Amino acid sequence: MEALDQDLDASEIEIGAEPMLLNVGPAHPAMHGTVRIVMELSGETIDRCDVQVGYLHRGFEKMCERGTWSQVFPYVDRCNYVSPMLNNVGFALACEKALGIEVPERCQWYRMALGELARIADHMTCVGAMAMELGAFTPFLWLVKGREMVWDVFEEECGARLTHSFGRVGGMAHPPTDGFKEHSRAVVAQVLHMVDEVERLLYGNRIFLDRVEDVGVISAEDAISLGWTGPSLRAAGVPFDVRKAFPYMKYGEVDFDVPVGEKSDCLDRFIVRVEEIKQSARIIEQCLERMPEEGPVNVDDPRVVLPPKEEVYSSIEGTIQHFKIVMEGIKIPAGEVYSSTEGGNGELGFYLVSDGSGTPYRVRIRPPCFYVTGGLERVITGRMMPDIVPCFGSLNMIGGECDR
Amino acid sequence: MGELKQPSTQEVIETGQGAGFATTRLQDVLAWAQKYSLFMYPFVTACCGMEFMAVTGPRFDLARFGAEAPRFSPRQSDLLWVVGTIVQRQAPVLKRIYEQMAEPKWVLAFGTCASVGGFYDNYACVAGIDKIIPCDVYIPGCPPRPEAVLDGLMLLQDKIQSGDRRPAIVKPRFDPVAHPEMGVVTLRRGKDGAPV
Amino acid sequence: MASLLELLKSELGASVLETHAQYGDETAVIAPEAWLAAARLLRDSPKASMEMLVDLTCVDYPDRNPRFEVVVHLLSLSKGHRLRIKCRVGDEDGDDAKIDSLTELWGSANWSEREAFDMFGVQFVGHPDLRRILMYPEFVGHPLRKDYPANKIQPLVPYREEPGLEKLPPFRADEGMPFGRQSFDRVGEDEQPLVATDQERMR
Repeated sequence: MEALDQDLDASEIEIGAEPMLLNVGPAHPAMHGTVRIVMELSGETIDRCDVQVGYLHRGFEKMCERGTWSQVFPYVDRCNYVSPMLNNVGFALACEKALGIEVPERCQWYRMALGELARIADHMTCVGAMAMELGAFTPFLWLVKGREMVWDVFEEECGARLTHSFGRVGGMAHPPTDGFKEHSRAVVAQVLHMVDEVERLLYGNRIFLDRVEDVGVISAEDAISLGWTGPSLRAAGVPFDVRKAFPYMKYGEVDFDVPVGEKSDCLDRFIVRVEEIKQSARIIEQCLERMPEEGPVNVDDPRVVLPPKEEVYSSIEGTIQHFKIVMEGIKIPAGEVYSSTEGGNGELGFYLVSDGSGTPYRVRIRPPCFYVTGGLERVITGRMMPDIVPCFGSLNMIGGECDR
Repeated sequence: MGELKQPSTQEVIETGQGAGFATTRLQDVLAWAQKYSLFMYPFVTACCGMEFMAVTGPRFDLARFGAEAPRFSPRQSDLLWVVGTIVQRQAPVLKRIYEQMAEPKWVLAFGTCASVGGFYDNYACVAGIDKIIPCDVYIPGCPPRPEAVLDGLMLLQDKIQSGDRRPAIVKPRFDPVAHPEMGVVTLRRGKDGAPV
Repeated sequence: MASLLELLKSELGASVLETHAQYGDETAVIAPEAWLAAARLLRDSPKASMEMLVDLTCVDYPDRNPRFEVVVHLLSLSKGHRLRIKCRVGDEDGDDAKIDSLTELWGSANWSEREAFDMFGVQFVGHPDLRRILMYPEFVGHPLRKDYPANKIQPLVPYREEPGLEKLPPFRADEGMPFGRQSFDRVGEDEQPLVATDQERMR
């Protein structure tokens, strides 16, 4: 039998590939259920693509306009459900900026320690999920185990594993428990050990490295123009961190580094997140060291802080105060305020407009994920189809925050 | 009159004497097989996905119930986990996935949002997936604790075994008023204070 | 810091309608005609060098005549300062709210303007791809406007017709929590203005 193609020219064998339209998501395992990408492919290369979000738009901003200021906290929790504590604190800080109050020192350290624990959980989830989507299942299991340990601390502190609603305007719902410092230290040590093992599993793994190295490169100018913040921007080589640039709470007093990437590819974004876990551990250690054992957690301001329960039941002033705060809400003076904190994925801003009543007139959350996902199109256009998975994973899109 | 001696099951199996078979109805065997090999389609959208990861993760380990194998093709799966809020925009997707699944199929609503819409009572959200597709087991909680999820899964397995297709809700095992001691949760701790 | 507002005033003159710095957030209200010019100035002038558009959003004041307020937060990474610029557009009905798009200056304006269009119905002139982003294309109306009822749904798939599935709220939407809370569902009938004007608010 002779070769059938011996007389054929090479160009004749090639199958003419029409541009093919392909839809990925929203119900696709790599799209986290909330993003849809419509692509025009030639072969496996993405020529054009359209990233569609909104499959988890839950009307957060509309719901905020219907309750009191304190009732926003549960909604804020569910915006970035991977690090709810950071959102809690961010919203509380925005309200406190408008009210012109500052919480006691003990509370500030407490908030920072909890916030950094939440950041560790956030980054571990992102890193683990990204590794899993690239085929490395073991790191995911380890990091989920580590996250459970962090959640144990939260559960001990506030009773909830995931959606804490623990922040309050003017303080926290409860003072730290007795074992908080000891427990956190033990957990952080174990988590660091676990992260170290994950690093050793992945950084020498050719399968993993080939998928992420030099994939999803974006220039620093593009990243800035697209409004990227947080680990994704820092991986592009821009050392912008709200905690350093505009220190809030006690971040000006603690010692930590801002890890910065070089090549701005998916591997850099991965490494930046892993390094940030270590920096957060450093911050937690300093917070625990400097957090006073005694002292108030809430501000002494009857306008915003609920009285203790014993007083509510025993004195008429306490009852009235409790009733006013719960039923009418905290009165935030009329005006507008923007306050930004460093969330899990970048600058988490709250733009509040108040008309002076107990109900928010407008709560706008500045979602870091929304802007980062807005750049996904630029990152994957021109790349191969399988590159979507590491690119999308490394951007850490959180549906609740992106679509609100 | 001698004593009636009945060999134990162990004896019967080991010696090979007596009854070497068991009688049952075909339906029961099928149900038994189905309930311990649920292939799941995780339709994960929102916050509950984090707890879903925890349920499938090492500590709570869904694999113990034979329901850990995820199939991201609806045609290969028979248990649809609806995890998280379903918004109006997502509803046609969910309905289509449900319709693509082959019979027999079961649906588990994970969390309050999937069950009734939760506190997202607004223009964007579907107030419970049962508005769109039938649902077998509702697991309340925002998000539910993994223990509640496992309870829900076991409830579903019971329902599969008995062939009961009426919707059910995971309830507390004990009435917290009648059993106040059940409300007390103590974390298990290791030697140096670290969780086990 | 105050030099930013000075810079805007000296370059744009009367187009800067108001300025204030409540809670330390520098704010300038720009006339719609000068919107793009002001943004370009802020980005390109070496004094301001606002490299990043942090956020673009919109606020609805149904009782005012330019009904919508487009709010933009800018950030300069190199200088380390922030500025908020606002622009008032639209008539009382919310139609004909038009404003120049900032997409040619900052990439992040693309999605955030689409969102503002989706949620409020503000038209961004010059936007390359102005369509809904969070809601589905079939959706009618703009949900974050104060006159859109919060619980008015527009289902894409018909709901199942089984008894016992209908939603039975215990109260009407505005009942049950009457004290500090407001229901914006009935704006326009015979109600008090919801918000004080800017002058009153700044007092």
